[in-house]
Amino acid sequence: MKETFSVKIIVAIGIGAAVFVILGRFAVIPTGIPNTNLETAYPFLALMSVIFGPVAGGLIGFIGHTIKDVTTYGAWWSWIVSSGLIGLVFGLAGRKINLEDGVFGKKEIIRFNIWQVLGNLFVWGGVAPLLDVLIYSEPANKVFLQGIVAALVNSVSVGVIGTLLMVAYAKTRTPKGSLSKRTK
Amino acid sequence: MSDQQLLGYTPNETVLHQLSGAAKLICFMLLSAIVMVGYDTRFLLFITLFAIFLFKISEIRWHQISFVVKFIAIFSVLNLITVYLFEPEYGVQLYGTRHVIWDGIGRYNLTQEQLFYEANLVLKYMATIPLALIFILTTNPSEFAASLNKIGVPYKISYSVSLALRYIPDVQESFHQIGYAQQARGLEMSSKGKLGARIKGTAGIVMPLIFSSLDRIDTITNAMELRRFGTRKNRTWYAEKKFRRMDHFAIFLVTAITLIGTWLFAVNEGRFYNPFE
Amino acid sequence: MSRKPIIEFKQFSFQYNSQSEPTLKDINVTIYEGEKVLVVGPSGSGKSTFAHCINGLIPNSYKGEITGSVIINGNKLEDASLMDLSFEVGTVLQDTDSQFIGLTVAEDVAFALENDEIPQQEMKNRVRRFAELVGLTNHLQHRPQDLSGGEKQRVSMAGVLINEVPLMLFDEPLANLDPATGQKTIEWIDELHETTQTTIVIIEHRLEDVLHRDVDRILVFDEGRVLYDGEPNALLQTDLLSEIGIREPLYVSAMKYAGVDLPQADALASVHKVAAPNLKAAMEEWQASMAYSKAVIDAESLLQIEKLSYRYGRRAPWVLKDVSAAFKKGEMVSIVGQNGAGKSTLSKVICGFVRTNDGKISWKGTDFSAYSIKERADKIGYVLQNPNEMISKTLLYDEVALGLVLRGFSAEIINERIEQILEICGLAPFRDWPISALSYGQKKRVTIAAILVLEPEMIILDEPTAGQDFKHYTEIMQLLETLCEHGVTIVMITHDMHLMLEYSTRVLVFSEGKIIADTKPVDVLTKAALTTEASLKETSLFTFAERLGMKKPYAFTEQFIAYDREVRKK
Repeated sequence: MKETFSVKIIVAIGIGAAVFVILGRFAVIPTGIPNTNLETAYPFLALMSVIFGPVAGGLIGFIGHTIKDVTTYGAWWSWIVSSGLIGLVFGLAGRKINLEDGVFGKKEIIRFNIWQVLGNLFVWGGVAPLLDVLIYSEPANKVFLQGIVAALVNSVSVGVIGTLLMVAYAKTRTPKGSLSKRTK
Repeated sequence: MSDQQLLGYTPNETVLHQLSGAAKLICFMLLSAIVMVGYDTRFLLFITLFAIFLFKISEIRWHQISFVVKFIAIFSVLNLITVYLFEPEYGVQLYGTRHVIWDGIGRYNLTQEQLFYEANLVLKYMATIPLALIFILTTNPSEFAASLNKIGVPYKISYSVSLALRYIPDVQESFHQIGYAQQARGLEMSSKGKLGARIKGTAGIVMPLIFSSLDRIDTITNAMELRRFGTRKNRTWYAEKKFRRMDHFAIFLVTAITLIGTWLFAVNEGRFYNPFE
Repeated sequence: MSRKPIIEFKQFSFQYNSQSEPTLKDINVTIYEGEKVLVVGPSGSGKSTFAHCINGLIPNSYKGEITGSVIINGNKLEDASLMDLSFEVGTVLQDTDSQFIGLTVAEDVAFALENDEIPQQEMKNRVRRFAELVGLTNHLQHRPQDLSGGEKQRVSMAGVLINEVPLMLFDEPLANLDPATGQKTIEWIDELHETTQTTIVIIEHRLEDVLHRDVDRILVFDEGRVLYDGEPNALLQTDLLSEIGIREPLYVSAMKYAGVDLPQADALASVHKVAAPNLKAAMEEWQASMAYSKAVIDAESLLQIEKLSYRYGRRAPWVLKDVSAAFKKGEMVSIVGQNGAGKSTLSKVICGFVRTNDGKISWKGTDFSAYSIKERADKIGYVLQNPNEMISKTLLYDEVALGLVLRGFSAEIINERIEQILEICGLAPFRDWPISALSYGQKKRVTIAAILVLEPEMIILDEPTAGQDFKHYTEIMQLLETLCEHGVTIVMITHDMHLMLEYSTRVLVFSEGKIIADTKPVDVLTKAALTTEASLKETSLFTFAERLGMKKPYAFTEQFIAYDREVRKK
């Protein structure tokens, strides 16, 4: 994806945000621990960010989360901004991965996962609670603990479901000149 | 799986419906921002009353929002309790005085400062949430992309938002459709079953949904390119509403309110209004 | 002739980057201004690639290697951008849902104008004018979700027409439309051609439906080459179409069976005008030579529905109202009717996806309402229309195994059952393939196999043959027939009248949430009142027989179908 805002990227942002909203709304997996859910929206965001790049990823996270929040309950801006940021981070983490051509082996999996865990810790464990304190003036230890829990849960979601998605996607891509008409 | 529909625009002819989307967007953002950072109780109270007043004139019916309001109420109460559990003395820290009402167990006692701080939190929710609801329920989504573009968002990104709004119902429909088919094959979707089974169950819906959405991106891209999307620096909008006198008035009014809110920072020498000094 | 060429292909070949062989080979075709041309060919014949070379998606969106030349109204294909060509060619795509990108009808029609920065007032005037042209003036503020398939198609047409382009390209305009709407679409296109003199190219494999109105010329594609380029009558006199797996009009097949001397025939493309020496006598003679038997299935009843009603909310209109029906063992039943008439809702209620307390469902006499979705699925399998919405694994084997694995069967049993199913479904050679390497038709068979492997006694299929060419259609239907012979009850929700006529033993006709007929297939397409009410269309065989003044047009239709099936089985 060379161009930053090709028509395809624009469509990917729109459809990506729509899917993000639906996954965030309907496809969460309760872990059994109260208020802790495995999200499928973030693994999906990781996939989209790696395919379409950091800018698209950031916008999918930001637009998707905003629409999800304002159509369900009020907007919680610190977390919306963080969703955008994590999309950006996923995109940067996957910048060297050529998923489009079906390349996603062990090396890429490990590299991507190291970055996504660091990214999750930074965004949910750092930026989001910091914004909570700055904007909403909530008590620091409360928001940081919430943030760390979110960072861990999201790292696991993205690590398990996100990796699976990317492996599955890579398998559907066909290398150049490889398809020939089959003779039974 | 809940079948609860997402909130959306309901056509009507009230003043708030007639305002242009761009004007409402500017007002909504200004008010949300000032309420978000401000902790002046008098100001928050004023905004809350103002929001309730707007609610009345926008003729939104209770049944449209009752579910959301109940949901927020529960969420707010939970949040208030967590704040207390983590920092029972947070109000004392903020306001610098300590008036004990009830000497509780260990560090869990009750002070006027803590109560006052948490009351401010409640006011904050009560001020912002109606604003967001009003904005969503009175703004035609068609107008939304044009509004974003008007306030300076590049038109291509504005159009992404429009596409998202256009395709959410379709994606939701596919999601349910896929869910039914997978359940029929025996995937466990309910909250029973082991965590591993639940992950597998959800993956069974999420995978087809994502891959069919990726296909969809290709077709939509073709359809848009064939009709020349993105070939020029700007574009016009069929659904754009021109600014009228009342739009200018609304922006003026909200700017004034925002300025008062900002001025209060200077008066209070900080974000907090402190009645305890 | 001094007509001006608008499309010129010269020694043109194209090879996609991902393919090892060219998809189009040495194409030489010229289309002239004001012509109406139909392009037919089985899937994979290159007809869609041909369309992409006209509207510029090749080489702008799909990359590949071009040899030879294409000139579209003076623009050389390789040098023209998508934008240049979009002023020459308006494309109406097959997938109306993805093509409808505006939030409302008006915005979608205005989309191209918005992109050209046309001022709002002018835009509104033009939108109004073109909405009127396609009869959608009262729908301008509707959302795509509120429109029927045919209306969406007209929105797409208006959105392209508004550019006032000299050439319109329709890519499979009839896919996903019910028969009556498809017929209307063809009439719309014809009217458009008459009033605006626009050049029209239609890509479609439903030949008979397009021929409802005259076309000037037909191009036949197969294996990347043009096998025929000329007027319809001469084409229909040959056997070319059936050889490459395109279905010719049914009355033409009938004439061939009856031994009518086709080279003597005129106006073969129109059921209303077709003529040949002694045609009536020849047809009646052939009819008399056939045995006429009726098979009635009398087996135990599997599923019984009584007075079932359903609606989505307390104040919503009824989607199903007092529906009663019975499905017997080994039957092949079609469910037909307009979009939104309640066909899909019925299958959802049967499978337990939605629940209702109004009415009764019983399975072999026992109450069905206590069964969960999963328990029902062990008895009744459900196959969605779009295979991509069902497939969740990357390997074919895993996908078919999924239901068995979830039911905890042992590896040996799973293996054994899968081998057997893949054999029946003709998928055995692809056992270890990734699903992404399969064609759409093959994916469809994978989803059927994945349901069959659970050994249900009844299967409900939503549009089993949509988007399939005649060859794949025949394959899928023969598979279903084999299953039926093994005693599985097959229920098909379909818009395809040929399918209904040829394969089902019984038809349920839906209209506005009610079953308005439960009868034999031929009845549906020969009784005018019923056809209109259910948005279907009379079969050309019946029209043909009536027009010739044959004594028993109804029996003729039935006999033809029985005969034709026997011929194709061989």
